Amino acid sequence: MNDLNDRTTTTTAAPVGGYPLWEVFVRARRGLNHVHAGSVHAPDADTALQHARDVYTRRAEGVSVWVVPSAAIVASDPDARDDWFEGSKPYRHPTFYTIPDEVGHL
Amino acid sequence: MEQSTFTTATTDGPTPAERFDQLIAAGEKIEPRDWMPEAYRRTMIRQIAQHAHSEVIGQQPEGNWITRAPSLRRKAILVAKVQDEAGHGLYLYSACETLGISRDELNELLHQGRQKYSSIFNYPTLSWADVGAIGWLVDGAAIANQVALTRTSYGPYARAMVRICKEESFHQRQGFEIMMTLARGSEAQRDMAQDALNRWWWPSLAMLGPPDEQSTHTEQSMQWGIKVETNDEIRQKFVDQTVPQAQFLGLTLPDPALAWNEERGHWDFGEIDWDAFWEVVRGNGPCNRERLAHKVKAWEDGAWVREAALAHAAKQDGRGLAATA
Amino acid sequence: MSTPAPLFTYLLRLGDDNLVLGQQLGALLSRMPELEADIAVANVCLDHLGQARNFLTYAAEVEGAGRDEDQLAMLRDERGFRNAVLMEQPNGDFARTMARQLFVDAYQVPLYEGLSRSTDDRLAGIAEKAAKEARYHLRHSGTWVVRLGDGTAESHCRMQAAIDALWPFTGDLFAADEVEASLVAEGVAVDPASIRPAFDATVGDVLAQAGLRLPEDPYQRIGGRQGLHTELLGHLLPEMQSLYRANPGVEW
Repeated sequence: MNDLNDRTTTTTAAPVGGYPLWEVFVRARRGLNHVHAGSVHAPDADTALQHARDVYTRRAEGVSVWVVPSAAIVASDPDARDDWFEGSKPYRHPTFYTIPDEVGHL
Repeated sequence: MEQSTFTTATTDGPTPAERFDQLIAAGEKIEPRDWMPEAYRRTMIRQIAQHAHSEVIGQQPEGNWITRAPSLRRKAILVAKVQDEAGHGLYLYSACETLGISRDELNELLHQGRQKYSSIFNYPTLSWADVGAIGWLVDGAAIANQVALTRTSYGPYARAMVRICKEESFHQRQGFEIMMTLARGSEAQRDMAQDALNRWWWPSLAMLGPPDEQSTHTEQSMQWGIKVETNDEIRQKFVDQTVPQAQFLGLTLPDPALAWNEERGHWDFGEIDWDAFWEVVRGNGPCNRERLAHKVKAWEDGAWVREAALAHAAKQDGRGLAATA
Repeated sequence: MSTPAPLFTYLLRLGDDNLVLGQQLGALLSRMPELEADIAVANVCLDHLGQARNFLTYAAEVEGAGRDEDQLAMLRDERGFRNAVLMEQPNGDFARTMARQLFVDAYQVPLYEGLSRSTDDRLAGIAEKAAKEARYHLRHSGTWVVRLGDGTAESHCRMQAAIDALWPFTGDLFAADEVEASLVAEGVAVDPASIRPAFDATVGDVLAQAGLRLPEDPYQRIGGRQGLHTELLGHLLPEMQSLYRANPGVEW
């Protein structure tokens, strides 16, 4: 199962002479986001969509499917992970603040 | 895949190799674009590809009975199961492709015999009971292995295993149900079930891989968290869970050495014929040649279809460009 | 021997179409051009098997002779099968499989949509579910016929050859007799003639997009609805029925 933003290099996206790779997103039920489910190989968008339905909703796992060419995904640099996602700003979280119990739910 | 440009060089922080070791030590998953030792990548590709090939080749022995399934209900279940095997192969190829190798390349390696698939699929399915025995024993053994692999260190492989395990629980149950129906059926059906058990029991134990002291990959694989349980541990677990199931069915496991060991709290079992196992791995099992020939033929027969689909897509792109120009 | 009730015969025709087709598609698993195509054909196969089971189970109930779907499927000989002869035509190459599928799907979509308005509620319920499946199948087969017709010189030749080879068996889909006549009058069945225009339009549309033509030879091979099959069915059925027949009266 391929993860979005996780492709190693473009070598996986379009093997020479083979079908291109497509990422598949499935909405499990109404009210939920489309979630990355995996990938399929297909010659074109129409076929990719049908393959995505056939492969990833065999057990009624979805009510809607998206496919995106894997090569179209733009990803952050894994080596810059620490610089990009350091993100420790505790005052953004509710537990940072002390509120007396008698105030009740806040 | 594109990446943001002008990355700044830095000397701070752990080296990629240190970071990899830290992640493994912390029990964190390795993800595809992380730095990883070349040997880790190669081992992962080899193992996931072998697993994927096994699922795909695994369509054949059971597929052999689709047209002759003895009821429409059984026929539908069997089609669904064989289809799942193709699906699981696909999930695994997808996971493998995140390591920088394409499915077409993996296909080619299989067709050239340079990558293996599980030895178990080189045995023929000679009666309907074999479909039951495969579900019960082969899928049972595979699940024992795969449950352990849900904790493997490579993220995409672990996630594929979670999905596969979830889907495969029906495989083993339908196999057991077939065996149960046969075991409670006519004399001919009971004989059919016992015969299938006799033929599939030992290969099912062997398919979990060589004993730990002979397994060349075990130590490094355990260190890297690729394997989390050894072949022998998984085999023991499988035997322990299967013996009472066979007793329930009233069938006899073909191993006179089988005995409960109070001290160990496990079932003792006889010596596996590893020479026979290695013969099959080397390509001299009953069906190795047929299985691979079948796979290669399907691929070659489909070449004109794949070419046509790509040609159509290219023409459509051309037509699209012409229309928007 | 008394004549069976028209509804029973009609349900056999519906059931056998799907049973014979499902049987053929089941043989294709692991033999398709791509892994994704194996999975797709298995889905189509499962839908047809499911439809077959629904129709045959209902047929057995209508008959009221204590038979079940399996006895109907496994214990009738070729003269007793009521499928259209198109269904028993071999899988052939991928082009043949998809051409057969296109003709079946273009027929089943309007058929099931019509039957979903049947005065027979049970039949309407089965057909309503089947119509959804058939619409998806049509999208699948249509997609492939267009790709193969348009793709390469080789695929175009193969696809045209498949259309030419299978077209003579399509007339049997619409060959009605007194069984349909009485049921159509009661609003139970769909008059095959009434869905012919929809079939022709669908096929015409797909073939036009694919750059393919229908053969000019008007010859049509009919007779499946009366059990007058091509010789192929006599090979398909013994394989399907062998295990069941070798062990009479047991559970599976």
